Amino acid sequence: MRKITYAQATLEALQEEFRRDKRVIHMSNDIPPELREEFGEERVRLTPIAESAFVGAATGAAGSGFISVVDLRMATFGFVAMDQMVNQLAKITYMFGGQARFPVLLRMSIGAGIHMAAQHSISPYAMYMNVPGLKIITPATPYDIKGLLKTAVRDPNPVICFEHSLLAPLEGEVPDGEYTLPLGEADVKRKGSDVTIVAISKMLHDALAVAGEMEKRGVSVEVIDPRSLVPLDINTIKKSVAKTGRFVVVDEACRTCGAAAEILARVTEDEDIFRKLKSTPRRVCGLDVPIPYSPPMEDYVIPDRAKIRAAVEKVVGSQA
Amino acid sequence: MAIDNAELIRMYRTMLTIRRFEERASKEFRGGSVPGLVHSYIGQEAIAVGVCFNLRKDDRMVSNHRGHGHLISKGADIRRMMAEIYGKRTGYCKGKGGSMHIADFSIGILGANGIVAAGLPIATGAALAAHLEGGDRIAAVFFGDGACQEGEFQESLNLASIWKLPIIFVCENNQYGVNTHYQYAIAGGSIPRRARAYNLPVRTVDGNDVVAVYEAAREVVARTRTHVGPYFLEFKTYRWYPHFESDAIPDLRPREEIAAWKKKDPIKRLAKRLLKEGVATARELEAINEEVLGRIDEAVKYAVESPLPRPEDALEDVYSTQGIS
Repeated sequence: MRKITYAQATLEALQEEFRRDKRVIHMSNDIPPELREEFGEERVRLTPIAESAFVGAATGAAGSGFISVVDLRMATFGFVAMDQMVNQLAKITYMFGGQARFPVLLRMSIGAGIHMAAQHSISPYAMYMNVPGLKIITPATPYDIKGLLKTAVRDPNPVICFEHSLLAPLEGEVPDGEYTLPLGEADVKRKGSDVTIVAISKMLHDALAVAGEMEKRGVSVEVIDPRSLVPLDINTIKKSVAKTGRFVVVDEACRTCGAAAEILARVTEDEDIFRKLKSTPRRVCGLDVPIPYSPPMEDYVIPDRAKIRAAVEKVVGSQA
Repeated sequence: MAIDNAELIRMYRTMLTIRRFEERASKEFRGGSVPGLVHSYIGQEAIAVGVCFNLRKDDRMVSNHRGHGHLISKGADIRRMMAEIYGKRTGYCKGKGGSMHIADFSIGILGANGIVAAGLPIATGAALAAHLEGGDRIAAVFFGDGACQEGEFQESLNLASIWKLPIIFVCENNQYGVNTHYQYAIAGGSIPRRARAYNLPVRTVDGNDVVAVYEAAREVVARTRTHVGPYFLEFKTYRWYPHFESDAIPDLRPREEIAAWKKKDPIKRLAKRLLKEGVATARELEAINEEVLGRIDEAVKYAVESPLPRPEDALEDVYSTQGIS
């Protein structure tokens, strides 16, 4: 199968959806030239740096029959448009009693490891998980982002796609033809029987690397990418933990009230699974500090393979 | 071009409908039969009516927290409005929104809004839709002087201006954001100057004279339909009652000022004109009042007799299930 990058897969998804449906429009203050060239300046709109206005305009256009795709660039810039995202877009389908739909796809890049400091590095999906009405995806491979973005464009609801900055150049197999992936379906990226690791976004790749290392040491690790945090496919995760009895959740975002905490809680509050646990589940998360600029500090506060390995060793105990 | 008599009578009836609706909603709220809050539009009726009477059903309108007048003027069903305010299942939003969040997408009402200035970007998007559709549809958004200090106001005027979107920004300058006078809140003291800074044409009109509002809106709507860009209308007016119908926030505005503005009642002003010009007789106007009161009674009856939502209905409509293709 052909291999393309995460960034190319993203572009392909948008190009295909723009060709499929003339109602799809794009707003961003840094527009993809390929989209602009093929679909023109009316549909692919250059915005001023005014996040509230263009997120709100995307909402208004969506409520008027269009399908809006907004590239906010960094998730830190998304905070500027918080009222439009949280008070408006997320809530108004509900507040209006379901009489209107607001198909808006918001894309934001996330993550640390780019030495840009805290105002350009964050993984804030848990904040949005706390806002009913939004759907949230965190694709980690070229195949997943293409299939998930295409579905997101066709969803009648607001969807936020969080894309880790370091994933853009990542290559992966993507078939030539048309395909979509459903939101709310976790993917077992590696089968295993001793430990379950759930890893979000870029952490998937670190978790897979650790799983490979652990296999050489006789520990079989199952790695699951939830791919979509809202809706969350908790059943696939539960099934795996019921099987392995050992559980680690890896998330680059801050530990407090994070997606990892939510996933861990939802698995362990299931009494059947709780009884099947062979060891205390663990989280491997970013530390609760703003992301620092200088590389030694930045590396220290985000999860890495060593930290994931240590957590796996801990849950496996004497077996490792 | 003069406004024809039938249209004047329709405007009178609608202004009176708003007045009686608000009086009744306030009474029921203070009497305890309505939960939540209501923000009374009384005193500002001429603006909603004068503007919305120039809009078509397929034009899109975005309202604000003081929205009952805009909704009624755009053609909303007062029974379903009242039912929503009562928190009933038959309300416009099935009881999920209440007074501040009524919408009727079937007649171009893209919703009232509880966040000051938040409707401006949404309306700008509705205007973008009109622009992309081609044709001559337009969007209009209502907001107060208080909204003019928000970032969303500045950003929306700017965006609508650079994209030349078919939108009318309707500022109802009732002079106070809760208790704060606009002369205090607005650097330079002028709302039109702000709009001009974003290259919008502006007109300031007496918002208590429905004929003046209507004539200004008619011209501006006709211009906006040609999709040459946005327009800004400032209407000077005054709300008769406190920010909302509760004593939780005291009304600190000068008593004499309130009394003076009540003398500029837009409904009495139109009535006087109708009588003077022989458009209607006092008896006919009284008959309209009776008819309106009857319709309000009927709306309240509908609301009272409607079922409450089931508690578990709270779980529906978080996501839309409407097909998109």
